[in-house]
Amino acid sequence: MTSESQHAFQQPSAQEANSVYEDARRDSVQDHHQNRISLAQTQAWDASSRTPVLLGFVLALLWLMLGTWLGDISSFKFDWPDLWVTEAYLTFGRLRPAHLNVMVYGWASNAMFAVALWMMPRLSQTRLHWRRVAIGGIVFWNFGVFMGLLLLLLGTSDGMEWLEFDRYSADPLMVAGAVLVGASVWKTLLARRVHHLYVSVWYVAASFPWFAIIFTAGNLPLYQGVESAAVNWFYAHNALGLWLTTINLGLIYYLMPKILGRPVYSYWLSLIGFWGLALFYALNGMHHLIGGPMPSWMIATSITASILMVIPVVAVGINQHMTVVGRFGAMRYSPALTLLVLAAMAYTAVSLQGIMTALVNINRVTHFTHWTIAHSHLGLYMFVTFSLFGGIYYILPKVLQREWPSARLIRAHILLSVTGMVIYVVALGIGGVLQGLSLLDASQPFQASVMAAKPWLLTRSVAAVIITLGHIVFFTHVMWLMLMNDTAGKNSASPFHAITPVLVELRRGEGRHQEGKTS
Amino acid sequence: MTRVLVLILGAMATVIFALIVLVILPQSMLGKLKTPPQLKPYTLQEARGREVYIANGCIYCHSQQVRDPNITTDIAKGLGNRASVPEDYVHDNPHLLGTMRTGPDLFNVGSRLPAKEWHLAHLYQPRALVSWSIMPAFPFLFRYKPVAEPGDTVVHLPPGVAPERGVIVTTEDADALVAYLLALKHDYPAPEAGQGETAANESATQDNAQENAK
Repeated sequence: MTSESQHAFQQPSAQEANSVYEDARRDSVQDHHQNRISLAQTQAWDASSRTPVLLGFVLALLWLMLGTWLGDISSFKFDWPDLWVTEAYLTFGRLRPAHLNVMVYGWASNAMFAVALWMMPRLSQTRLHWRRVAIGGIVFWNFGVFMGLLLLLLGTSDGMEWLEFDRYSADPLMVAGAVLVGASVWKTLLARRVHHLYVSVWYVAASFPWFAIIFTAGNLPLYQGVESAAVNWFYAHNALGLWLTTINLGLIYYLMPKILGRPVYSYWLSLIGFWGLALFYALNGMHHLIGGPMPSWMIATSITASILMVIPVVAVGINQHMTVVGRFGAMRYSPALTLLVLAAMAYTAVSLQGIMTALVNINRVTHFTHWTIAHSHLGLYMFVTFSLFGGIYYILPKVLQREWPSARLIRAHILLSVTGMVIYVVALGIGGVLQGLSLLDASQPFQASVMAAKPWLLTRSVAAVIITLGHIVFFTHVMWLMLMNDTAGKNSASPFHAITPVLVELRRGEGRHQEGKTS
Repeated sequence: MTRVLVLILGAMATVIFALIVLVILPQSMLGKLKTPPQLKPYTLQEARGREVYIANGCIYCHSQQVRDPNITTDIAKGLGNRASVPEDYVHDNPHLLGTMRTGPDLFNVGSRLPAKEWHLAHLYQPRALVSWSIMPAFPFLFRYKPVAEPGDTVVHLPPGVAPERGVIVTTEDADALVAYLLALKHDYPAPEAGQGETAANESATQDNAQENAK
């Protein structure tokens, strides 16, 4: 990072003779402001991870398109319940879990593998170690997802949300895949040539063992009755908290300061954000069962932990906001930054919304309604997917050594995705609350809750179509970038080239070197 | 942070702590629930019906729980005569508590809608019986036949939905699913006054009940 890093720590260092502050200050800036890394060096690290990164992204995009279609059909089936009912594999109750699993394990997880494998060499300042292991891991994982999806559509499901994939065939392959990719990540980390572990490293490196533990625990066939509900929601919530959230926060923490050419605002807030999340998020799961047949101490534990999530969420929110503040204009020049800023805001929003929803007096209205679906899309789309879109917009040109061919397509994609998802979340949020109020009103028949939600479900389908158009644009653009002629690509100027000189406060003449540095 | 060891040990400590609190501890406590005497284990047909319920994702619209009357109106809305307790689910694997009520709760559907014929027709075409329903139709659980054969269960459908000639008969899956739905009756009194965790502690010594629960 630049010499600006020191500004962020002026206050601690002002408190003299305080060795803790002094250590932390040194800890967070030492290696980075001393290191001058050449563009060639960064390119060599990118080259070392090129194959698994491209493989992960391509597979992720294929799953994204399939998952989009599955989601669309699931949504349309609310509006036209007699649509495609003659075949069992097309029934709503199979397409909906297929949509969730394809999006979480196919799209997001594959893209997260790619992101993690791309970041680790740069953050460890060494080549990607055990590259073939990582490639093997991605292959195993995708076989697992494919098999799980196939069996799910044919009617073999473990029956628990987020854990539908068959525990005897699909899940072992997926665990093996995640462990192999994780092994490559950890081997690279252990071979690091930097002293300091940047905040992204904490998130990314911890996510792999976390995922392996929670996914294995969730799939063990040991639980009966309401225990299986406890395990179900222990897993499902942690799949969000200790897997999807963490890798994407790591990505945002890496790219946001990098694109802006400005260090993360506060090392202390990073620490609070990380350890607070690790400690509290893992205990949140039972808030999905409020009022249900569970021992009340378990639900109370989860509600308490949910409320405590305010601490890490606000810490991360302030930290990321203060990193960007005053430079929001830069979003005009960088689609990656635009998406990452939106993702970071969505993370704060969805987390605060989640905390709110865990409170009993709100949960009694929103539980069992489409509000939950709106909430999960705010998290999984506005936060996770936007973060990954941003990552792809930044990473693919680096890995392929050529720029995106069309600024217009990027704008179209972002516009369609944002518009669609805002309509989605608002419409379904309203529909969910209306449905919930009706469900809670003892004087209303059940019919009223269906009628209350219906128009909003139709609006959601419209939003789904808009989002789908965005995905088609994005997919087309990525394919264009990947398949276009190499030499033509290298010569063409970046549509967003203006960003480096505009954003980084530098002494005159220093302009271009900045691009090659890592944070 | 500069030490990988701190990172990995800290990360493992937090997740294992959560695992102990939310999975291992409850398992040792909830594993000792005693089965309510009125709660019968599923018959083979009902168990098959439960598989059909899982395979076709009924859980994505239907819950199976009556929540605490102090914070909800579940009982006032007729979903049951008491809140559900952990003992009600001792035979369930996996649980089907559900997270959505796009459709109504099914914890007591067997008492609320006891007619097999109604369920069969409703599964074949929900809108034949409930005009405003947005439930998917499940025609793939049924067969069309020109003439019913001996042993077939013919589905009685209102005009307009019924085929012009021939009959709609059930498959074994449809029969099993309806048998399962009709078995969803939890109107017996709650064991131990609905205090799940108390029951778990107090029944710790009753080993014979454990055998049933497992």
